[in-house]
Amino acid sequence: MAAEAHAAPVHHATSTGTDNRKLLMWLFLASECLFFGSLIASFLVFKARMVLPPFPHAREIDSSLLAGLPEVIQEQCAHVVSDTLVECHGILDIPVTSASTFVLLGSSLAMVLAVYGAQHSRPGMMKAWLLITALLGLTFLGFQVYEFRTFGSEGLNLSTNQFGASFFVLTGFHGTHVGVGVVYLLSLLAASFRRNGLGPEAGFHVETAGLYWHFVDIVWIVIFTVLYLIPS
Amino acid sequence: MATAAGTLPQYGTHTGLWSWITTVDHKRIGTMYLVTSFSFFILGGIEALLIRSQLAVPDGNVIDAELYNQLFSMHALTMIFLAVMPMAAAFFNWMIPLMIGARDVAFPRMNALSYWLYLFGALLLTSSFFFTAPNSGWFAYAPLTTLQYGPSQAMDFYVVGLLILGISSVAASLNFAVTIINMRAPGMTMMRLPVFVWMTLIIAFLLFLALPPLTVGLIQLLFDRNFTTHFFIPDGGGDPILWQHLFWVFGHPEVYILILPPMGIISEVIPTFSRKPLFGYSAMVFAGIAIGFMSWAVWSHHMFTTGLNPIPRAIFAANTMLIGVPTGIKIFNWLGTMYGGNIRFNTAMLFAVSFIPLFTIGGISGVMHSSPPIDGQHQDTYFIVAHLHYVLVAGAVMGMFSGLYYWFPKMTGRFLNETLGKWNFWLMFAGVNLTFFPMHFLGLAGMPRRIYTYADGMDWGFWNAVATIGAFTLALGVLFFIINVFASLRKEPTASDNPWDAPTLEWATSSPPPEHDFDVVPPVRARDPLWYDRDHGIARPEPTDEHIHMPPPSYYPILLAAGVLMLGLGPLSSLAVTALGVPVILYAIWGWALEPTH
Repeated sequence: MAAEAHAAPVHHATSTGTDNRKLLMWLFLASECLFFGSLIASFLVFKARMVLPPFPHAREIDSSLLAGLPEVIQEQCAHVVSDTLVECHGILDIPVTSASTFVLLGSSLAMVLAVYGAQHSRPGMMKAWLLITALLGLTFLGFQVYEFRTFGSEGLNLSTNQFGASFFVLTGFHGTHVGVGVVYLLSLLAASFRRNGLGPEAGFHVETAGLYWHFVDIVWIVIFTVLYLIPS
Repeated sequence: MATAAGTLPQYGTHTGLWSWITTVDHKRIGTMYLVTSFSFFILGGIEALLIRSQLAVPDGNVIDAELYNQLFSMHALTMIFLAVMPMAAAFFNWMIPLMIGARDVAFPRMNALSYWLYLFGALLLTSSFFFTAPNSGWFAYAPLTTLQYGPSQAMDFYVVGLLILGISSVAASLNFAVTIINMRAPGMTMMRLPVFVWMTLIIAFLLFLALPPLTVGLIQLLFDRNFTTHFFIPDGGGDPILWQHLFWVFGHPEVYILILPPMGIISEVIPTFSRKPLFGYSAMVFAGIAIGFMSWAVWSHHMFTTGLNPIPRAIFAANTMLIGVPTGIKIFNWLGTMYGGNIRFNTAMLFAVSFIPLFTIGGISGVMHSSPPIDGQHQDTYFIVAHLHYVLVAGAVMGMFSGLYYWFPKMTGRFLNETLGKWNFWLMFAGVNLTFFPMHFLGLAGMPRRIYTYADGMDWGFWNAVATIGAFTLALGVLFFIINVFASLRKEPTASDNPWDAPTLEWATSSPPPEHDFDVVPPVRARDPLWYDRDHGIARPEPTDEHIHMPPPSYYPILLAAGVLMLGLGPLSSLAVTALGVPVILYAIWGWALEPTH
């Protein structure tokens, strides 16, 4: 590796001036955009064609469609509109998910402060905010576990309908990304307790982790808007 | 192509199996890619010969229908994912750092990781022959892939194999994109990059952007088969056409991922042996970029018969016709390069020159079925088989062979024998045309693809017999190549640094190059740097005694690849294997991150 061959660890001479590893992270995130884009597109394909409850948002359907569905799902469509129509309530709990969204947004602020600490040689500040970022990420995952369990108890799982399948796979993969991010942050935190801490490149390492963390956060903003806020 | 450690340049004390397992040297990884991909090329060829033997005469009974389905599916998967793509990766590995004047790729360990993931994914996919191999074609249309119609594990092997190969390709493409953007020698501006490097950069972007949609489709298929979803199962509200969209959003850029590297190779070979700079360099680069962009807006031409609305059909048809324009620019630039040149017709040049008309035949039949009404006639007939093989065998494979003859002296210090090379070329040239040209006639006569036999009264017997003779001729040509490699490796190394008087930087170091590639990183003063230095009497800079530090070997790449393989084996056996893979991956990543590289 030519850059590593001569230079001290802190300085890497590259053609563009951008560190190789940071460029790698940016290009990887470009690839991730297509990954989440495809998952969201799949969700939208099925969103327009949902036939059977549970639905994400409140919706009126022909009451004959309820025949044969499990009782726990029929209960969600108890509101009779007319002879043939019933209204099913939406399964998404937007206030709760708004709270978890604010937790994740808050974690991005914590991440910024961790990067600031790392770049300005304030290891205590960096460690504290890395820990807070990871804890906020874990809190978000806790909300997600709660949401998944609630949906399960309301009769929605992977095989119930296309909403269930595309919802769980999309948000599940996003949650996995948050989980990987938490492991990433906690690994940096653990490494920072070594004798040399994160070394002379601490600011760089934390900033690169921050790129990933903010990306996962931004993806959630898109998912929250498309899945939760835009009605069926 | 080297096949044993002893035939390769000696890297000081780095010998033995362990040194290959832990190597992070781009040249050795390139050699491993080359040997592995060529082995799978042979395997895919044997599968093709079995197919052609079965179809040689009406009512053939060499193999039964079920095995036939597995063979044509695995032939495509093997050739595309295990032979042609990794053979391009072999050339990237070997040549890109040398051509841009770097000492290695940007991430040497990640490069090794890509190789091991490729090897493990390839072995996993191929091992399916011990059970039931994928049998639904390489594009695996739903609902053939559902549990109802595919109860065996064949499609699980397909899903897991392609997911692992996909991770390998994404890692490799990210690595090469960063390498090309960031590791160029002083003076090597973007518009001085050799065209092969440009094509590599373009397909790197195509790869890491096009593979995610396929990954999502594969994950959904995995969930359909193992976790009770109905993404592609109509009975549960699923949509088989969604799979086709996700597959072809990847699948059509993939076509250019296969063809752009050989186009890059012949863009190096033709100027060298015409002793003229490449005609229209910037047009060549921008045509490649245009192909890269437009490859995203043509995928639905694979789906004209699925009942698309007329408007998207018209748009995709127009885009497909339009993509012929940048391709045509490339063809005229190669012709313009040769025009008035002092041409040497050695084997490398013969392969490169034959690429032009052969690829054009495939390109023109492609423009034919870009028209939806005509496509309705061609769809699922042998006409399509003829088209895609003219592009991928007569095009991509001939281009790869050109590269093998061209760079063999750089890789091994030895020349491939020209007499055997001419036999190799002419047999392959005749074989390709004998095999695939009659398929145009068969297709227009109505012969569907993927039938394991046909009745005597269909009048398809004659051209099928010709195609089978052609396939064995092609195989004989490849056999001459293998003999040539082994014969040439026994000879004394006689290749000088720049035996072809080529213009690009890989020839500015010894043949084969030392582990650190260049004693002194050569400054670049013009687009064809070695010709510029030659014509201006500029000598190569003298080496200094400076110590050149190269990254040490590492076993973490193969360990991480093994962990990913365990993740993948879970859906095929027990999810406990997947759970065991997670700590292996974590251990490998932590070890990797903390490993000293200085």
